[in-house]
Formats: sequence, C-alpha cells, structure tokens
Amino acid sequence: MSPDFLKLIFGRLTFESLPLHEPIVVGTFVVVALGGVALLGGLTYFRLWGYLWREWFTTVDHKRIGIMYMILGIVMLLRGFADALMMRGQQMLAFGGSEGYLNAHHYDQVFTAHGVIMIFFVAMPLVTGLMNYVVPLQIGARDVSFPFLNNFSFWMTVGGAVLVMASLFIGEFARTGWLAYPPLSNIGYSPDVGVDYYIWALQVAGVGTTLSGINLICTIVKLRCPGMTMMKMPVFTWTSLCTNVLIVASFPVLTVVLALLSLDRYVGTNFFTNDFGGSPMMYVNLIWIWGHPEVYILVLPAFGIFSEVTSTFSGKRLFGYTSMVYATVVITILSYLVWLHHFFTMGSGASVNSFFGITTMIISIPTGAKMFNWLFTMYRGRIRYELPMMWTIAFMLTFVIGGMTGVLLAVPPADFVLHNSLFLIAHFHNVIIGGVVFGAFAGINYWFPKAFGFKLDPFWGKMSFWFWVTGFYLAFMPLYVLGLMGVTRRLRVFEDPSLQIWFVIAAIGALFIFIGILSMLMQFAVSLLKREQLKDVTGDPWDARTLEWATSSPPPDYNFAFTPVVHDNDAWWDMKKRGYQRPLTGFKPIHMPSSTGTGIILAGLATAMGFGLIWYMWWLAAASFIAMLAVGIGHTFNYHRDFDIPAEDIIRTEDSRTKLLAGAR
Amino acid sequence: MSRLKILALLPLAVALSGCNYVVLAPAGDIAAQQRDLVIISTVLMLLIVLPVMALTALFAWRYRQSNTAARYEPEWDHSTKLELVIWSAPLLIIVCLGALTWMGTHLLDPYRTLGRIHADRAVDQSKAPLEVDVVALDWKWLFIYPGYGIATVNELAAPIDRPINFRITASSVMNSFYIPALAGQIYAMPGMETKLHAVVNHPGTYKGFSANYSGAGFSGMHFNFQGLDDKGFDAWIASAKSAGGSLGRAEYLQLEKPSQNEPVRRWGTVDADLYRLILNMCVETGKMCQSEMMAIDAKGGAGHQGLNNTLPLAYDKYARRGTALGPEPSFVAGTCTPDAPQGKTTASIAAPTDTMPLIGAGLKRPSFTPLKSSSFFLGQRPKSDS
Repeated sequence: MSPDFLKLIFGRLTFESLPLHEPIVVGTFVVVALGGVALLGGLTYFRLWGYLWREWFTTVDHKRIGIMYMILGIVMLLRGFADALMMRGQQMLAFGGSEGYLNAHHYDQVFTAHGVIMIFFVAMPLVTGLMNYVVPLQIGARDVSFPFLNNFSFWMTVGGAVLVMASLFIGEFARTGWLAYPPLSNIGYSPDVGVDYYIWALQVAGVGTTLSGINLICTIVKLRCPGMTMMKMPVFTWTSLCTNVLIVASFPVLTVVLALLSLDRYVGTNFFTNDFGGSPMMYVNLIWIWGHPEVYILVLPAFGIFSEVTSTFSGKRLFGYTSMVYATVVITILSYLVWLHHFFTMGSGASVNSFFGITTMIISIPTGAKMFNWLFTMYRGRIRYELPMMWTIAFMLTFVIGGMTGVLLAVPPADFVLHNSLFLIAHFHNVIIGGVVFGAFAGINYWFPKAFGFKLDPFWGKMSFWFWVTGFYLAFMPLYVLGLMGVTRRLRVFEDPSLQIWFVIAAIGALFIFIGILSMLMQFAVSLLKREQLKDVTGDPWDARTLEWATSSPPPDYNFAFTPVVHDNDAWWDMKKRGYQRPLTGFKPIHMPSSTGTGIILAGLATAMGFGLIWYMWWLAAASFIAMLAVGIGHTFNYHRDFDIPAEDIIRTEDSRTKLLAGAR
Repeated sequence: MSRLKILALLPLAVALSGCNYVVLAPAGDIAAQQRDLVIISTVLMLLIVLPVMALTALFAWRYRQSNTAARYEPEWDHSTKLELVIWSAPLLIIVCLGALTWMGTHLLDPYRTLGRIHADRAVDQSKAPLEVDVVALDWKWLFIYPGYGIATVNELAAPIDRPINFRITASSVMNSFYIPALAGQIYAMPGMETKLHAVVNHPGTYKGFSANYSGAGFSGMHFNFQGLDDKGFDAWIASAKSAGGSLGRAEYLQLEKPSQNEPVRRWGTVDADLYRLILNMCVETGKMCQSEMMAIDAKGGAGHQGLNNTLPLAYDKYARRGTALGPEPSFVAGTCTPDAPQGKTTASIAAPTDTMPLIGAGLKRPSFTPLKSSSFFLGQRPKSDS
C-alpha cells in the first residue's frame, strides 16, 4: 500500500506513535489490557451486557447516572493518583546527578496528565455525581428537568476520559502543564498529538459539563416540590445551584479559548502565536476566567455537603442558614473578579494587581463566615462521630490552613516570591484535597446508604480516613517548606541534595494516601459482602433532616410516590417532628421518562470525531460528525420518550416498603 | 521525659539544619521587603485562623455525643450578634490586609525604580544603576550588559548596593525570571518586555532559575547569580571582556537553538542592537520588527498591500511550523523604513525622590484619551491624521 493511502486512512498515526520504547508505559498497557480482558470476559461470561445496557448505559434515571459519575471519578482517581506516585518517585530520586527514572518526555506528560485528570475527570465527576444523585431527591422531584440530556452529558464526560486514557497508549499526552499555556502549546513548540488530545478531551467533556449545568439549574429552579421556596432549599441544593450557574457562565469560555487554540493549531490562525499580532497573554487571561470559577465549581458543592453533614450529625439546625446562602451567592459572584491573581507576575502593573489581590481577599470573608457557621452549628449540638462528620472535622482543620496560604498568595508582593513554587502546589492541594476531596468522601459516606440501602463499613472507612489525612499532611507540608526554600514546580531533577529529605517525606505521604485509597476500595468491597449486617431499611439511617431521607433506600425509580409538601427548610426533620404518616393508599400512575441509547451513541461518535481530529484522520472526523448530526436528528423522531408506571407497580413497591418498615419496628 | 522533649524538637532540628530558607532570608532589599509582607500577612491571618482551629477542636470535643453534661439546643440556629461578629471579624482582617496589599503592591512594583537600596539607605543618585538585559532561551539564560558591551549565558553578576534594572524578554516560550535571594520573579515572554528593579545587599552566590515550565530542558535552566563588591565586579567584567568572542545576530541565532544544561559562556563584545532585535523578534535579517509593524499599524496599517508583504518561512527552530490545514508558514518581510523608528526605550516609572511610604497615589496616571466616534464599535481602525 502506498504511504499516501496509509496517510489518508491513518492520518499521522503510525507504528512509531505507539510508545513501545517506554517500558513503563508498555508494562502499564499490559496490566490494563489484562484487566480489561478479564473484565470484558467476566461481563460476557455472566451475561451482563444486556443488563448493563438496559439498566445502566441507556438509563435516564438521575440516580443511576449519579452513581456512574461516581464510578468514573473513582476509576480516574486511580489513574491520576498513579501519576502522582510517579512524580513523587521521580522527584525523590533525581538528586545528586541522578536523572531519576523518568525522562523529560515522559515526566512532562505525567504532571500534565495528573492535573488534567484530577480536575476534569476526578473532581468534576465526583461533584457532578453527588449533585446528580442528591439534588432531585432533596427538592422532592422525580428526576432532573432533561433526563436524556443528563445521560448524554455523562457519556460526553466519559468520552473525554476515554481520549485522555487513549493518549497513554496511542501517541502521547500534552507536555505543557495542565492549562497548556501558549506559545508552548501552540503548533510551533508542541507539534505532536499531545496538545490535540488535551484539546479534544476537554472539548468533548466540556460539552457534557455545560449541558449538565444547564440541566441542574433548570431542575432546581423549576422542579422544587410545593412549599419549597428558594429560602427553604437545603444548603446543598443552594450550593449546587450556584455551582451550576458558575458552570454555565464559565465553561463556554473554556470551550471558546480551546477552540481558538485549535484554530491556531489546525488552520494557522494567530490568536495566541508570537508572530502576526498573536497574544499568548490573551489565552492566559481567558483560561483563568474559566479556571478560577472552576475551583469554586468544585468547592461550593463540598461546602454544601459539609453543611448537611454538620447539621445532621450535630442533631441541630444549621446555624445562620440565611447568611450561609448569601455567603454562597457572594462567593459565586466574586469568583469572576479574581482571575488575574493567577498571573500577578506577568507584569500587569501595580494597580491592576492590587485590585485583583484585594478582590481575592474579599472572597475569604464569606468563606470565613461559612466556617463560623459550621462551627456554631456544632456549638450546643450532640455530635455523632460517624465517618461523614470525621471528614468534616478534618476538612475544617485543614481547609483553614489552605485558605490562609491562599490569601497570602493573593498579596501580590508575596506572590512574586511564591508564584509557581511548591508553596503554591501545597496551597492548592491543601484546598482541593482538604476541601473538595474530603467533601466528596464525606458525601459518599453520607449518601451511600441512601443509594444502596446499606451503610459503608466503618472500620475500613476509618482506616481510609486516617491514612488519607496523615498522608495529606505528610505529602504537602514538606512542599510548603520547599516553597519557602525557593523550589519551583514541575522540576524533574534537582541539584541541591539538602532538599531531598523533604521529597522523601512527601513521597511517604503519597504512599499513605495510596493506602488510604486502597482502604476505601476495601471499604466498598467489605461493605458489599457485609451488606446484610450494615443494612438500613428505614431510609433514614442518620436521623437526618432533608427530603432525600423521606423516601426508601435505595429510592424507587419515581423517588416519591406522592410529591412531598414542604413547610420548613429542614423538611424531613419537620415532617418527623410533626408525626408524618406515610400515605399507604391512593396511589396513581406516575409519568416517567424512557431510557434511550442515543446519549451513549452520540458521545461515542463525538469521541471518534475527537480521535479523528487528533490524528488528522479527516475521513473519520467528517464521518463521525455527519453521523452525530444524523443520530441527533433521528432522535427527534423518537416518540417513545415517556411511559407511565402503572399504579399496581407503585402499590407493590410501596407495600413491600411498608412491610420492611413494620419489620424494622 | 527529657528524651521525649528532645524527640519533640527533632522535626525543628531537621527543619533548620542545612536548609536554606532563601525566601525567608534573602540577600536583596526587595526580596526582604517581600519577605516582611509574607510574614506580616501570615501573622494577621493567624489572628483569626488560630482561634477558628482552637474553637473547632474545642467544640468537636465538648459537644461530642457522649458528653451529656454539655448543653444541647437543637433549635438554636440564629444569633444576630454572633452573625455580626463572624462577618465583621474576617472583614476587619481583610481591611488591614487590603490596605497593606495596596501599599505593598505599589511600593514593590517590579517596574518601579528603586527608592532605596536598604531599609536605612537611599539610592546613591550619583551612581548610575546597572542595566542588564535578560533573554530566556530554550533552555538557558542570556544576559547582556549594554553598559559594558559584554554578554553571558547562565551567569549573572552584580555589584552590591547598586540598583539593577533588568529588562526581560524571551525568544520562544514563556519563562519566569527568578532569583529568590534578590527579588520576586517576573515572566519572560517572547515579543514582550517585562522589567524588574532590584538590588543585592550581601555578597555571595545565589541561585537563579526559570520559575515557569518551558519544555523539555526546563529543569536545567538555572544559573548562578553573584553579588560582588565593586572591585570584584570590575574584575568579573574584565574577565568577561578578556573571554573575547563576539555575540552578533548570526551567533545569537546559533545560540537560540534549543539546548539543555548549558555551561557558562561569555562574550567580550556584543551587538549593541541585539536585545532590541530579540525583543522585536527580528534577529533574522529581512524580517519586519514588531516595533516597525506597530508603527505602521498605528498609522493605519499597510492595507491590502500588507497581505502581500509576507515571505515563506525558511528557518525552523523545531521539527515543524505551520499547520495541517492552514497556509504555508510565512513571516512579514521588513520594509525600507529605518530600523528603529520608535527609538529605543519607552518611559519608565520613576520612584519619587523622597522615600516616604506611598498612600496609593505614587504613580503617574496614564493620560486619558476618550474613544472617538463609533468606529471603535465597528472595529475599524481610526484613519491616520495625515
């Protein structure tokens, strides 16, 4: 076959693109491939494909989609954390003339992939998954506003993750740092496929995130049950609303800036080039106009989780609900006015720098108010130290340190000496792990019994907790110290041997976190085995306060047989107090959305299109794009969009719950 | 017991022995002031952070479920007085910190010429500051001393107590020029110039490096910065002079090519125009300088004829330029205008002669030019007056 023909079919994909010369990658590939074959074989052997397709892949049920988001987040956490371990290992070893074990080509991909995966494919799915699962239940809705869109959003996020994972074995990932600043990320300095993988992974996933944001805003605004005014919404729903407003307002900026970068890379425009009037600084501005709200997108839902948990486990109303809500809204607005603090050192001038420095500090006021609100929720409470509450206390003690170093970095002259140093790395891991990750874990432990009908095993949960928390301090406090020694980020080799001890401590910390992650997987496995012992039939294992606990665990497909009516912002607490009786008769058919495979097909085509664009397989990109349009239009002719759950089914479900409840009593 | 005490001190001992907290113990006045700001801000914030942490621990312990002696008020969820305190306490701290930030940012603006060389010594106006032009290359640092006509790679020296004015740019991608002992960092960006004003007070050898990831050779992109007394500095200049060699446009284009872990190099003479050419991205002969392009654009641009004034790009720094679907790579050809139509430098921000702390108004305001007509909104360039 002629090379021209091969080029037409495969674009720039050749045998040389496969990283066969990198033993570490080949080893990983073998392990992943064996694991994958075992998994696929197992699914085939147990004839689970049909079940998975019908009940999970094509589902439009917000609860199952939420669970799938969580699974995606945890799977990608393993990948992102493997990258972290490799970095810690490299930085620990590469002293005194040693080159470590990773060459620059590999190491630079590792730290880029770590950042991208952890933010886009771990933190985002965990947060989105929790919102997806909990919000409709908390507001007494049957599902989200646009159930099909929800399924599509999820699969687009998976599509992005698939592209990132593909880059490990086919070609390479970006070597630019997680925000891919040009000119480095432009075609002149990164001519390979890495940045294209980055662009298309984020574009595909970004569509999903934006649509999911629109969906949840609409859900919260339109589908609240009777009586739930805005100021009676649970705080988690409030923070979710603000987060999704942030998503909808900021993700289009990311989409546009990446589109401009891809125009530069594909058709030779000059938005961010050095020549022809391009401005790389414009990219830096735009990406942070998305990037700063992004950190609040992650942390606001975590704040909501902590609010729910603190109030539930202190057995007490949330202190200062109104100020909590206003604090959230103020953070939402202010988060758009601070982006420049990420590049004080690009020479913006003193007045601009001080403006953005001071707006950044102002954000700490509502955040501080929130901290005090949790504190005074605990005050005169009866605190039960279950796992979600333990994560919350760990968060409160850890997050204030991260917040403090964050405000410190917002002082421009201080930032001039700490920017891009390991102090900065320590700071943002301090807030993201201490805030978002601890929050997600609190949320997982808190809502798991709702989703599956049994609690998570406390022993392995506590193992995970202690290893995570000590591991975090061991891994990141040394980085604060190193930052004060003027050590900068993303270095692959070091000269000064006196620094090594700190990297060794940090690596030990990373190992602790690794044990923490393994313990968490163990916790899931053990809980599954001991599910009879850990079973909860009441639907309200924590004596909780909000509406999601009013229904059974796991909730039926329709969530609530009768739409609840709310009189108080701790709706379920109020219902329990007033002696609420579950209705046992009068059930009517319930109107529900139907499952559809269109979402996964569209997302698969979008991923194929991304792959075609990455490798210059123009036929593949064009064909997938046309197919996407065809499937999209075809779906508009799908008239089987909804069905009614017959009253008999509801009576059967509700009766069996009545029996269970009677048995529990 | 005493043994336990010693054990408790162990982390501290590890922390302090053999380690160089250069950010907290710098050798230059600017970095020292930045350090002071780091410490003052931290202390200010600890005023609120420590009580919060202590209260968290206290409440977490006191109101545990098993302590039935503690008061339990499940319905208590509001207190206007407390709310006032929890909003105003952080607010007060931020007001202080904000004021500090405003002043500190203006006083320590890297673009501002120095008003003092040490806490108790003003700048000696009779001595001219040392000018150094810095270029971040892939992956090494080029330093040009225009006042002495020498250039070095990966080696920088300056006399103590004499202000240094850095002009900083880059050849290809973004880097950040950072000598922690001397002063805070500032980005080095291609086609753009940033500035840094600093002074070193203590003789010694300090580390300098790039603080922004710039590609494969980034880790090796460091250099030694020497603070020397006047005599030592003169000797250093003399030795660089005697190194011979000349750095002109051709040599620069060789030097610019990516290379890693470069040793120190020196040139006794350097093309006086080189830095300006690098900054304007026109070291290659025949390429139009940015300054020239901007001057033409300011006059309304070259119009449609400008489109034809490009030539195919023949040189290549990397594996490839140009895109899969776009036009062939090209560059704007130089025209017959004089090489430096705009002169050499733009005005710099001068420090006031008295070194009293600024109250936010120490800088010259940029002159205000109102937008004329609706052409701005229509995206048209204003016609030149000619």
